[in-house]
Amino acid sequence: MPTSQELQQRIEAALPGATVSVEDTTGGGDHFRTEVVSDRFDGLTRIQQHKLVYDVFGAEVGGPIHALSIKTSTPGGTS
Amino acid sequence: MTNTEIREFIGNAIAENPVMLFMKGSPEQPACGFSARTAACLNALGVRYAALDILPDQRIREELSGLSGWPTIPQLFVKGELVGGADIVTEMYESGELAELLEAEQPEDAEQVAVQSEAPVGNGRIPLENNLD
Repeated sequence: MPTSQELQQRIEAALPGATVSVEDTTGGGDHFRTEVVSDRFDGLTRIQQHKLVYDVFGAEVGGPIHALSIKTSTPGGTS
Repeated sequence: MTNTEIREFIGNAIAENPVMLFMKGSPEQPACGFSARTAACLNALGVRYAALDILPDQRIREELSGLSGWPTIPQLFVKGELVGGADIVTEMYESGELAELLEAEQPEDAEQVAVQSEAPVGNGRIPLENNLD
């Protein structure tokens, strides 16, 4: 069962320099919410930004990770 | 129905409906909080949209995600383009971007996430027959 800490570490590893927070919204290890601030998102659409985060987990989203709620922004401000 | 037929059906639904929502359950009876929230945003804007329940056959979800590259449900398409899931749609609703995209009027109380899940009377939502069984 994934933990919020594990999710956070994996996002940070995939997006070096990003500020990442992950919360287990139900405490059950399958519903998570994450906020990611990264300059990698600069110039990308929201769809592209969220896909970068989803891509870290591949088929696990929809599987062991039942839900992953995402909020992305860049260090310069929300986009 | 073969997987190819399902994929074609999904592709046609996206092409034929300017506002197309793939969700768990129906706008009247959403089967997941994320789907409920997304439908509620559309309902609050009073726009016409088609909705398809992905639950009856798990291949619908597989083919949809294969087509869109988006792993989760719901998925909202506007004019053939993936707009996003519940998080993006809610953010865009609250900021007014969704109203702009859909050429709808932004409700005055839209800074709060829409919690109503009932479609407003007379919004003309098109129920799309789910004939994948």
